[in-house]
Formats: sequence, C-alpha cells, structure tokens
Amino acid sequence: MRKMLLAALSRVLQGPAAAAAARPVSRVVVASRNYADFASEATFDIKKCDLHRLEEGPPVTAVLTREEGLHYYRTMQTIRRMELKSDQLYKQKIIRGFCHLYDGQEACCVGLEAAINPTDHVITAYRAHGYAYTRGTAVREILAELTGRKGGCAKGKGGSMHMYAHHFYGGNGIVGAQVPLGAGIALACKYFGKDEICLTLYGDGAANQGQIFETYNMAALWKLPCIFICENNRYGMGTSVERAAASTDYYKRGDYIPGIRVDGMDILCVREATKFAAEHCRSGKGPMLMELQTYRYHGHSMSDPGISYRTREEIQEVRSKSDPITLLKDRMVNNSLSSVEELKEIDVEVRKEIEEAAQFATTDPEPPLEELGNHIYKNEPPFEVRGPSQWIKYKSVG
Amino acid sequence: MAAAAGALRRLVRCGPQQGLGRRLRLQLRSGIHGSAPAAVQVTVRDALNQALDEELERDERVFLLGEEVAQYDGAYKISRGLWKKYGDKRIIDTPISEMGFTGIAVGAAMAGLRPICEFMTFNFSMQAIDQVINSAGKTLYMSAGMVPVPVVFRGPNGASAGVGAQHSQCFAAWYGHCPGLKVVSPWSSEDAKGLLKASVRDDNPVVMLENELMYGVPFEMAEEAQSKDFLVPIGKAKIERQGTHVTLVSHSRSVGHCLEAAAVLVKEGVECEVINLRTIRPMDVESIEASVVKTNHLITVEGGWPQFGVGAEICARIMEGPAFNYLDAPAVRLTGADVPMPYAKILEENCLPQVKDIIFAVKKVLNI
Repeated sequence: MRKMLLAALSRVLQGPAAAAAARPVSRVVVASRNYADFASEATFDIKKCDLHRLEEGPPVTAVLTREEGLHYYRTMQTIRRMELKSDQLYKQKIIRGFCHLYDGQEACCVGLEAAINPTDHVITAYRAHGYAYTRGTAVREILAELTGRKGGCAKGKGGSMHMYAHHFYGGNGIVGAQVPLGAGIALACKYFGKDEICLTLYGDGAANQGQIFETYNMAALWKLPCIFICENNRYGMGTSVERAAASTDYYKRGDYIPGIRVDGMDILCVREATKFAAEHCRSGKGPMLMELQTYRYHGHSMSDPGISYRTREEIQEVRSKSDPITLLKDRMVNNSLSSVEELKEIDVEVRKEIEEAAQFATTDPEPPLEELGNHIYKNEPPFEVRGPSQWIKYKSVG
Repeated sequence: MAAAAGALRRLVRCGPQQGLGRRLRLQLRSGIHGSAPAAVQVTVRDALNQALDEELERDERVFLLGEEVAQYDGAYKISRGLWKKYGDKRIIDTPISEMGFTGIAVGAAMAGLRPICEFMTFNFSMQAIDQVINSAGKTLYMSAGMVPVPVVFRGPNGASAGVGAQHSQCFAAWYGHCPGLKVVSPWSSEDAKGLLKASVRDDNPVVMLENELMYGVPFEMAEEAQSKDFLVPIGKAKIERQGTHVTLVSHSRSVGHCLEAAAVLVKEGVECEVINLRTIRPMDVESIEASVVKTNHLITVEGGWPQFGVGAEICARIMEGPAFNYLDAPAVRLTGADVPMPYAKILEENCLPQVKDIIFAVKKVLNI
C-alpha cells in the first residue's frame, strides 16, 4: 500500500512531463493530501463514434489516470477562465477588433493535444486561443497579444487571430485557407519522413469552402498524414448548420476519406478518437476526417451576443448537461480520482494565474513604434519601409 | 572545327551581322556580353530548366508542384526532364485545384520545405491569390518573425499571342502592391536563371513573373552565368544600354522592345538609356533616379494596364525624390491599352506598346 502511495506521489509530482515543463504548476499543496482516498485510475464508457467508410472505430472505453485527469481539468479550466477574462477585457475595451472565444469547446483542444506528440503539428482558424495554450504559449503571452502589448506572443503584431507557437501555425483569419496549409504541413511531414502528422481544424461554417474539397482530393491522392477535424459547434457565425449545409454529416463530407463523428464535449471521447485517427495517419494509410460535435457558449465573436439565432434555453441546456469541465469533474469525483476540494483548489490556483496574466497584459507597454516596419522579410539586410507619407520611414529588420 | 568556331566567333563579335536573328543583332549592338569566348546561346526556357535542375540538386528541401509539371514535362516544357531525374517525391503533378495546391505549397514552406509552385499562367493564380497574399505574404509579419514562408510562385505572366482576354492579364501591379512578397520579372536568359536561383534561395515568398513569348528566345549567356552558383540579386535593376538623352524603364518582354527602339533612335542621334527593372518589389528606384538625373527624361514601358500600374508607381516615386528637379519634361508611361485583351491579331498588337510607340514617345518627350 505504501509503495503504491509513494509511487502515486512521485508520478503526480513529475506530472505529464512536457506540459508541466511548459507552465508553472504547483504540486506542493497536493502533496499534503491523503492519497489513500484516491484511486490511481478508472475506466469509463465513452460514446461510440459514428463511422464512415470504416469497419472499426475508436474504443468505447477509456482509461483515465488520476494525474491525466488533474492535468486535463487544470488545462480546460485555465482555458475557460482565460476566455472569460478576455470577455471582460474586451468589454472594458482593452482588447480591440475581433475576439472569437472558445469557452465550451475546451474538451476539443485539450483532448486532441492529449492524443498527439508535441512534435506533431496543429493548424486552425481564428478561434485559436485554446490551441495557442495547449501548444505551449503562456497565458500571459496570449492575453498580452490580445491587449496588443510587446509581451504578446506575436509582439502585439498579430492579435487574436494570429497566434503561433512551435508546430502551431495559427490562428488564420480567412476561414478555409488553413486547410490546404495543413495538408501542406502534412506533406512536409511525409517528405521528411519523421513520423509526424498534422491536425487541420476548421468549423462547420468553413466546411463548405471549396478549397477544403480540393484539399481532401490531394490529401487522399497523395496519402498525406493529415487529420481533418471539423469542430461543429452548430453555428457558422449566425447561420445554423441546417441553413448552411445540404449535408450536415460533416464526417462524411470527405467522401472517399474515412470519417468518424465524435462527442466533442467528452474529453476522453476526443482523445481516443484522435489516437485512433493518428494511428491511421502514421501508418501511411492517408488522411482521416473527424467531426467533433461541440458547442460555444459565447456568440460568434465578442460583437455577437449569440442569442438572435439560438435560444438562451439551448445555451443553458448545454451548460447544465454537457459542459466538458463539469463532465470531467463529475467523472473524477464519482470515481475517486479526485475530490471536490482538490479540484476547487485547482480552480483557485487557475484564477490566480489568470489574474496575474491579466495584470501583465494590462500593464505591459505597447510595442515601440519602430516595430511597425519589422518582419517584412526574413534574413534580409535592414532596409527602409515607407510610412503614411514619403517623409515617414521605418527601418525594417527581419 | 576550330576554324569554323573561330569564324563564328568573329561573326559574333563584329558586324556586318547578316545571318543572325534580329533580336540577337540588337543584343550584340547593345553590348550585352558580346565577346566572351566561352559564352553560349541559351533560350529562356533552357535557362529556367537549368536553374530548376541546379536548385533541386543543391537542396533536398526544394521541390516543384503544379499542373503538368511532371509527366507532361511542363505545359511550356520548362520542367522538361526533371521528373525523370528526380521522381514523384520532388516533381509533383497536381489536379486542377489552384487554391488547394497553392495552400499546400505555402503550408509545406511553413513546415520547412522550399517549394516551387508553378501556375500554368498567372491568370490562374487569381483563384489562389488569398493563399499568395494572406497566407504567404503576411505570415512572417503577423507572427513577428516566427513563421517564415520560403516559397516561390512562378509561371508565365501577361500577354501571349492570341490567347484572349482571360489568359492575358499582367499581375505585376497586383503582386507588386503587397508588402511581404518579393516580385521579380526576368527578361533575358541570364535574368531568368539568376533570378529563379536567387528566388529559391531566398527565405521569403517570391512571385516570379515569366513571359511565355520569351521562353523560346535565345540569349547569350556569359561564362559566369553558366556557373551553378550564379545568382542575380533580387532588388537590383540592370542598365541594359547606356544612354544620355532619355531613360527607358521597363520589365520583362518590353525591355526587348525598348532596346529595338533604342537601336532605331541611335541613327537619329538619340542615345537611350534602357533600364531592365528585373525586380518589381522591392523596386530599385535609386537606379532609375540616378539615370533620370543624367538624362532628364523618363519613359516607363510595360505590358500591364495603365491604372495603378508599375509605371504609375515609378512616376510617383520619381516625383517624390531628388530626380524630379532634373526632369525637363513630365514623365511618360507606355502601357497595355486600357481594355481586356482582344483576340484578332491586329487588335491584340495594338493593345501593347510597340517599338513605334516607344520611338514616338521618345520624340515627344525630347520635343523632336
């Protein structure tokens, strides 16, 4: 028993290595718990995925270890609170322009990340803050990018829709364009022969873009290691899926590409499905398509209250019955993987982290004016960039 | 054999130059690499082919994709022999999906490859222009330097012969408008080879605007231009012909027309300075300014439409700079006619600046 406790303790203290290394996580409080109360893992039934052109799908059960659960919980909660903080900052006019929030969809980005390696690649459209985080960008750098400060992950030059990280290619403003880009990244994966894959995300709105079908064709022809992932949150801006698509079976729209439809509110479902799809791609069988059925609590963006095309009752129903964080919390508490108190403590830590990040994001200075001319060309000797008149010039360094 | 070669060399070196093509005579007269014994005749097509071959060999990350580039040897045979040599991995035939394959090329560049994306003509690039400008051109800036995009977009640009309005547009002004892109426009074989090699080695997205009517034209290529490391610097114009009375600035096929006009005008005692821009963006305004300071007269010549064109930009920049005070007459633009390109030969001919139009403009500007 003691050995088990010590083993559990050391596992928890090490944490899921890569993720723990990326952001500060306090383990001290947890270490004082009485571990006799908690199981080290539990097995859960998960929803069977609808299949297209597949004989077998992902498993219908999933094992969740205690430390995985705590990690997923903390990550999803961090994203949730980060997005709510962004909402606040936007209403205070400290964030400007477009701001597309991800709250409600946390199980997608966290579940996907749990199934792939940091060396794999991810690309999405503009609802990207969650992915920027799971791909390794610190909260303070995300918030400072939103507030347009020099400490932002793109030095304040990108904004909400243009955040990048190692093997994360944004953040793309023109929905649909990121899909051929993702297939190109997958082509590079295959070309280099490094057993890497690319997760290429788009929404139910962009799913009707022609370039996506061009990409399906080439990815299938050339067997590119690409997982096409449609985050179906039921609305493309203000247009419901029924009003936009002749076929709302997004997982079938790849036609000759095998597809699965996944419960995007259940992180274990997302994780298992992604593992299944990743295995398919890595084995050289070509692309796969995943439709994640998910939901966004906010409107399309901060300028959309989100209630003219859907009812408050619908939003409330999803919150009460399908919230991804609540689902995980209930699973963990009901199966002795954690306790209400322990998770509350994580909530407190997360809130503190977000507050500190917001503090940074609101006090960090804006980028210096000289930054305006930089990053036009890479590896170019410094040159002059024209400002609004012939007398205003900026120096450009790459 | 040696005697014949010697005779040929003498023929090449000095007049009378009967028996040589008109274009070649004019090039020799204008003094381009006229007398290097190891110079060879190379068509623009072959120069491009050599450049592709050399860069594919030099760097494994370089690959070519586009319609018909592999098994067809290229719609215009620019990539002849390359698929046989390098295979499916490096030379990729795409379906007719410009937006899709252009995005794929850009994504591949973001992930560390160095793709060359061929547009069968730049008219088709309009379908993919979002990927060229928004994905390729802007990403380095939006990511504050984190994500470079080393991709080359190349293909024939502008008018051909009798291909009609939808296949004849010049995109120099369109792509030249956008910060983040580099845009080059070769005229000679040396330009084509050196600029393509420089573009592939450049870490930025480069749009290379070739010209279909130039593909079959032979030019003399000096010995150093035959080296595998021969590069033409991007962003630097070339003075093709020195002159004192008027500056003719041009790019692509029009450079040849300017040289032909100069050859006619010299008989009347007018010495034209002919500048081959070579690069549209970043434009070498300094070279134009230095020339205008010397000649006091400026004429721009291009195939594209007049409004918001390359010539319009040159005129604006000259006005803003020191050369304005040296102009003895307003700058003049010669451009394509402001209409979609018609098909009938007589109409098409009159939709592009011809040699006679350049001569007329020079005389107007010089008041002779």
